[in-house]
Amino acid sequence: MEKTAIFGNKALPYALLLPQLVITLVFFYWPASQAVWQSFLREDAFGLNSDFVGLENYQALFAQPEYYKSMITTLVFSSLVAALSLAIALLFATQADKNLKAAPVFKVMMIWPYAVAPAVAGVLWLFMFHPTLGTLARPMRVLGFNWNPLLDGNHAMALIVMAAVWKQIAYNFLFFLAGLQSIPRSVLEAGAIDGAGPLRRFWTITFPLLSPTTFFLLVVNVVYVFFDTFGIIDAVTGGGPAGSTTTMVYKVYADGRLGGDLGGSAAQSVVLMVIVIALTAIQFRYVERKVQY
Amino acid sequence: MVEHRRWNDIVAYLILTLGVLLVVFPVYVALIASTHDAATVVNGNMPMTPGSHTWENYYRAIFVGGSRASREPVGHMLINSFIMAMGIALGKIFISILSAYAVVYFRFPFRMAAFWIIFITLMLPVEVRIYPTYKVIADLKMLDSYAGLILPLIASATGTLLFRQFFMTIPDELLEASRIDGAGPYRFFKDTLLPLSVTTMAALFVIQFIYGWNQYLWPLLITTQDSMQTIVTGIKKMLTTTDELAEWQLAMATAILAMLPPVAVVIFMQRLFVRGLVETEK
Repeated sequence: MEKTAIFGNKALPYALLLPQLVITLVFFYWPASQAVWQSFLREDAFGLNSDFVGLENYQALFAQPEYYKSMITTLVFSSLVAALSLAIALLFATQADKNLKAAPVFKVMMIWPYAVAPAVAGVLWLFMFHPTLGTLARPMRVLGFNWNPLLDGNHAMALIVMAAVWKQIAYNFLFFLAGLQSIPRSVLEAGAIDGAGPLRRFWTITFPLLSPTTFFLLVVNVVYVFFDTFGIIDAVTGGGPAGSTTTMVYKVYADGRLGGDLGGSAAQSVVLMVIVIALTAIQFRYVERKVQY
Repeated sequence: MVEHRRWNDIVAYLILTLGVLLVVFPVYVALIASTHDAATVVNGNMPMTPGSHTWENYYRAIFVGGSRASREPVGHMLINSFIMAMGIALGKIFISILSAYAVVYFRFPFRMAAFWIIFITLMLPVEVRIYPTYKVIADLKMLDSYAGLILPLIASATGTLLFRQFFMTIPDELLEASRIDGAGPYRFFKDTLLPLSVTTMAALFVIQFIYGWNQYLWPLLITTQDSMQTIVTGIKKMLTTTDELAEWQLAMATAILAMLPPVAVVIFMQRLFVRGLVETEK
């Protein structure tokens, strides 16, 4: 789609583009290319000079058991968060889609957690489930469940999954509700006349018609878990205990900061870039956005 | 729903009420914790009703600062967060409305190249290129500065795409009409395009303000002085004290304060917020 009516100035458009292009080049392309370049270098222990080592950083990376561990952690974390937050959000959205008098109130109550910072959400959940002072940790102990997210990797994982899901429900709820409201009522009525009950109508009519929304949300949720949960992980577990909640993004940060291994950290950055570009490509290729408000 | 059955509504109310409780409970616990004294909070048996230390906790957090490890008053952090969020929201609106105007209303060599250069930035969040970006900021002597907090987070295409999409929906007749009236590109932009774009700008502002306010990793890395800390990173620092018990009641008061502005934005500008969220995803 192109405009037919346009201005004929020669220099003005470049001036208009300048601010954004300058900021993009300085703060985006320069660092991104630096990351790619650094991933082929090895710095000496004092950071004084660096040698070109080709693919050595990548070889070292894929020879590390910790790296595979972080991949698996990322996979477990993202599938749990995506599945749980999508399922819970869909349940609430289908209920909010009914003609209830209080529906607008419920809607606001469901979407505001979107505005809570991931790191803050993490701190809230850490406080509730803190082994010594958590409000919910004591009842768990009374029930004989030895809960300690500071020592047990699985407990720590459960905790960050809960915090991440809690924050993501709002977003998914909003898009599911929009998707539900765009489903033509006549189709559902036709199903009802044919004698299909509410549950049957949901699985045979609503759910298939929602699939574009669901798929779009699936991609968005995976990207969210990859990048936006950094604050949750850092605030709640710091990647521990014993690296059991270190996702790939967290590892880039931890290796570069603690290890000072900039070459290895840059190589990890490049691997992540490739993953994100692939996800984005999938999103643009297969997702038809049919969300209307 | 198609048929209207009473039990169906009752089930919906039950499920939604349960959902709201699930969503509200963590915040309720934090709110209660921020009204008790330290001893009550850390003994692991905190009552579920408000205590009598509300005023004292919030006063200490806002004006005095938390534990010994971070002596920075939260009031100051709130100001930093506000400057950062406003800078990101306004900066993004400014650069992206200009570039979208150029791409839609002008024809010039390398137009599509410029568009693609901007578009690709969508794909790589700042978390991925964190250290190289840090190094660029350090080389530019922008550590511990508002410019360093704001500029790298503006470098993204979301706003440009949003305005481009919106400009495409504006009828060409409007431009022809203002040209007949003798308007040049500047007058057309100021008198026609800007007034029409107000809602889109507001929706983008809401989304970007929340995004900027909630940043964590970036401010954590590039601020070394306590006086430049934002509130979201400040909470974490309160809890990582080594020389004494973390003061959870102050941390929780700070968490509540950190939530208030963005949550208020969502609740009071719900329509704009929803619009911004849905539009930027298209």
